[in-house]
Amino acid sequence: MTIVLVVLAVAVVAAGAGAWAALAARRSRDRAAAGRARILFPIVGRALSRPALDAALRIARAENATLVACYLAPVPLHLPLDAALARECELALPLLEAIEQAATAAGVASDTRIERGRTYRHALLELIAHERYDQIVVAAAPEGAPGFTAADVAWLLHRAPGEIVVLRPGDEGPGRRPLAAAAA
Amino acid sequence: MAAGVGKTYRMLQEAQAEAEAGRDVVIGYLEPHRRPATAIQAEGLAVIPRRRVTYRETTLEEMDLPALLERAPELALIDELAHTNAPGLEHAKRFEDVQDVLEAGIDVFSTVNVQHLESLNDQVAELTGVRVRETLPDAVLASADEVVIVDLTPQALIERLRAGKVYPPERVPAALNNFFRAENLAALREVALRQVAERVEAHRLPRESNVRRDDRIAEQAAPQAVGERLLALITPEPRSQRIVRRAWRSAQRLGGELDLLWVSSSDRPAAAEEREQLEALRRLASVLGAHLLIEPGEDVVDGAARVARERGTTYLLMGVPHPRGALARLARPDLVDRLLRELPGVDVRIVADRAKRPKEDR
Repeated sequence: MTIVLVVLAVAVVAAGAGAWAALAARRSRDRAAAGRARILFPIVGRALSRPALDAALRIARAENATLVACYLAPVPLHLPLDAALARECELALPLLEAIEQAATAAGVASDTRIERGRTYRHALLELIAHERYDQIVVAAAPEGAPGFTAADVAWLLHRAPGEIVVLRPGDEGPGRRPLAAAAA
Repeated sequence: MAAGVGKTYRMLQEAQAEAEAGRDVVIGYLEPHRRPATAIQAEGLAVIPRRRVTYRETTLEEMDLPALLERAPELALIDELAHTNAPGLEHAKRFEDVQDVLEAGIDVFSTVNVQHLESLNDQVAELTGVRVRETLPDAVLASADEVVIVDLTPQALIERLRAGKVYPPERVPAALNNFFRAENLAALREVALRQVAERVEAHRLPRESNVRRDDRIAEQAAPQAVGERLLALITPEPRSQRIVRRAWRSAQRLGGELDLLWVSSSDRPAAAEEREQLEALRRLASVLGAHLLIEPGEDVVDGAARVARERGTTYLLMGVPHPRGALARLARPDLVDRLLRELPGVDVRIVADRAKRPKEDR
């Protein structure tokens, strides 16, 4: 009888210690996540350059920051600003999924968003107004391609708070397709 | 196309429809040209008073850009996009004012005559013999979400002019002899129609090529015999974004409605991080057209079962449950087991993180 009681007591203590350790680990994880810097990585259009994403991930890893990828969705004039955008979301979700997977593979904490606006700039303003970002990493578009133009980047420097890193458009490199094509 | 065809009138008609639909519409600047029908059409719409600017001893009336930005309506009407502002204002040109307004998140309806387009300036001068001084960069028009052509046959426009519907009677003879000649108007009409046709073509091609095969199949598919309704269990943390994304895609495939549920424990106030995540989920739900529900309660299964019964859920999605200690497992069965028991007839899907799949499986 005594042995049974002792075994039971040991089991209860062990289970309690396990639960406490799991709780402590979770709290520590939450604290670490709460204190982590947040890097905004806005994306527009159907495709995302892999070198740009790789660079953003490198920056996030170096800063031990959370990379928040945000798809900026323009709302057509004939729709109200708070309209649901199924077609845009069809484009956005595989991209965000692919970015999240790339971030996990690179050991970088990530989060994702879709933000609406009449224009990309308007969507960015909305996003910045609602959430805190310590840094914004923007991939400039090659001339004529959809994305952030030089004028957009200049506007961002003027309007957005915090540090802004502009990634120069570059070659995808041999065998490297834009991310949307890979994700689709 | 040209003065007098009814651009301002048409803009006001559209604006009245928007106001009727409940949007906050304001007249930033309107040029009624003393046309009674236009003035009547503007009735009932809020107006930002013009500001007076003195230039070379002449008082000019201009749009009050700061007042418009401060008023921040949903939609502003700004007539005469190619107008040149009086010196000393924020911008030299009205289209630059419009860019500020758009950047502030305000939609704009505006008007312009085709002869003001920069690229057409030479062509119009050649066709009509009249050089238009106020021009508009083509990029401004190209960036518009929608361009509506207001078309009128040259004969109808000349009749409107003769009837005094365009200019006061004293200006009619001069107008008929100069710009408003039938051949000029026909040329302008052709230029305007070509311009819009090119634009429509440019928009149509990429959109058509964007339509995916499965979208077309989905559009042709018969409606679901049984209405599906999905419920995704979320918590205010980043991984919920993934759960919502997967749930929405499933809802799209099944043609069902999507509800998102957070069972919120009241034992402690939400931390700042949680509030931020919840707001992000609220915005994601809105853009996806999903319904975000927050149920107070201590037990996720009880909350989920209640909501599922109330809303007729057929499909439930959730993330991988957090690992539980041995004691917790002894005290209460697994979350998934309890959900399956509490929700008979409801499919349950656990949304995994695909990045964690072993590499050889990819």
